[in-house]
Amino acid sequence: MIEIKNVSKWYGDFQVLNDCTSSINKGEVVVVCGPSGSGKSTLIKTVNALETIQKGEIIVNGTSLTDPATNLSKLRSTVGMVFQNFELFPHLNVTENLILAQMKVLNRTQNEALSRGLKMLERVGLKDHKNKFPGQLSGGQQQRVAIARALSMDPIIMLFDEPTSALDPEMVGEVLDVIVKLAKEGMTMMCVTHEMGFAKNVSHRVIFMDEGKIVEDTKTDEFFGDLGARTPRAKDFLSKIIRH
Amino acid sequence: MSSFFQWKIFLQDTGGGQTYLQWLISAWGWTLAVSFCSWAIAIIVGVFIGIIRTLPNKFLLFIGNTWTEVFRNIPLIIQIFIWYHVIPSIFLSLRQVPPFILVVIALGFFTSARISELVKAGMESLSKGQLQAGLALGLTRSQTYRYILLPLAFRIIIPPLTSESMNIIKNSSVAFAVSISELTMFALQAGEETSRNIEIFFATTFLYFVSAFAVNRLALYIENRLKLPGAIGGAR
Repeated sequence: MIEIKNVSKWYGDFQVLNDCTSSINKGEVVVVCGPSGSGKSTLIKTVNALETIQKGEIIVNGTSLTDPATNLSKLRSTVGMVFQNFELFPHLNVTENLILAQMKVLNRTQNEALSRGLKMLERVGLKDHKNKFPGQLSGGQQQRVAIARALSMDPIIMLFDEPTSALDPEMVGEVLDVIVKLAKEGMTMMCVTHEMGFAKNVSHRVIFMDEGKIVEDTKTDEFFGDLGARTPRAKDFLSKIIRH
Repeated sequence: MSSFFQWKIFLQDTGGGQTYLQWLISAWGWTLAVSFCSWAIAIIVGVFIGIIRTLPNKFLLFIGNTWTEVFRNIPLIIQIFIWYHVIPSIFLSLRQVPPFILVVIALGFFTSARISELVKAGMESLSKGQLQAGLALGLTRSQTYRYILLPLAFRIIIPPLTSESMNIIKNSSVAFAVSISELTMFALQAGEETSRNIEIFFATTFLYFVSAFAVNRLALYIENRLKLPGAIGGAR
């Protein structure tokens, strides 16, 4: 469903992505992990072209992102994205956040958008909060609304960019529960996260990045199961995480 | 008191078939007309220039920056003289344009440069994530601007925008330099004719103050109406 082929990206002289190649199949849950500054967030943002690439190619559902003829807005509407800092629109209430893009991008009527949006809101367990503004919700609630907003667009894949990193420890669980449920229902997803428990239990595959390179692209069982077979960098990363 | 303030002066005929009070009111009308028309131009042009200065297009950025620097770095009164004296002598067809229009353009463009700065600063104060969130949902850049970024930036810049709107009323006083019969012109001429500068300037000052103050209160009302629940100082 997603193919990442020999992707490289530079900020000036600094190379953030170095010849990254991977692919994600339908129904697969792939976790991207690695130390800070390793290029995880940049990589996931290239998948819906929020970050441009200078070399290589990315193909989403048969459409190449690097092809200048590609309608990026249309393509992005099929790829759901959840951000580290939620990025709900603070001047719109929860309902308005849910229906805006449905109406403007998918040309749904207000009624269609409302019924779809509220269904998704119910799915993340926040139906009672539909008239609140983002500023009146906790971080965990905001992130769940952001997930519902992305789901309302009926995406073929969901991208999560550190969805729990900005949350209080108490709220990590409620957000992960929603993501786990989605994964169990067969949603294709790519998730940048430091939650190794989540990676271990839910994901099918782990991509480990360091200094802009994909160092490992391994089945989850292997990644956590056989520490001896890991690259030294991944071994170092894992041993530090597991120690605590 | 009655010998110090002689308010009856305003009921005196100017010799032109109207009282000084009527002249004062008409001058106030001109001040408000110059201010309002300039303000409309300043908002439309300023918002447009401010927006193009935030787009990832080097050419538009250059145009926007140049516009802002040109109109911001030349004294207002010089700009008014340029519109009044210089430009019509280069483009002869502009000689027919009434001074009112020229003043409105001059004051409007001058203020547009300042408003473009506000719009740009307001947009830059928003997190990059808001733009990305809009784009990620499939909204185009212009939809993201229209429905998300501009409404947020506008809320942020209401206080300095209020100052600019009040400034435009005060700055409209330079229109007297090209013979617009507005409040400052009235004050100078009526003061000279009647030798009652105290009353004349008192009334003129009062009307400037009232006009600017009314703008301030109106803006405060709008600001309160648009406050976001859950924001700092916002409605609950």
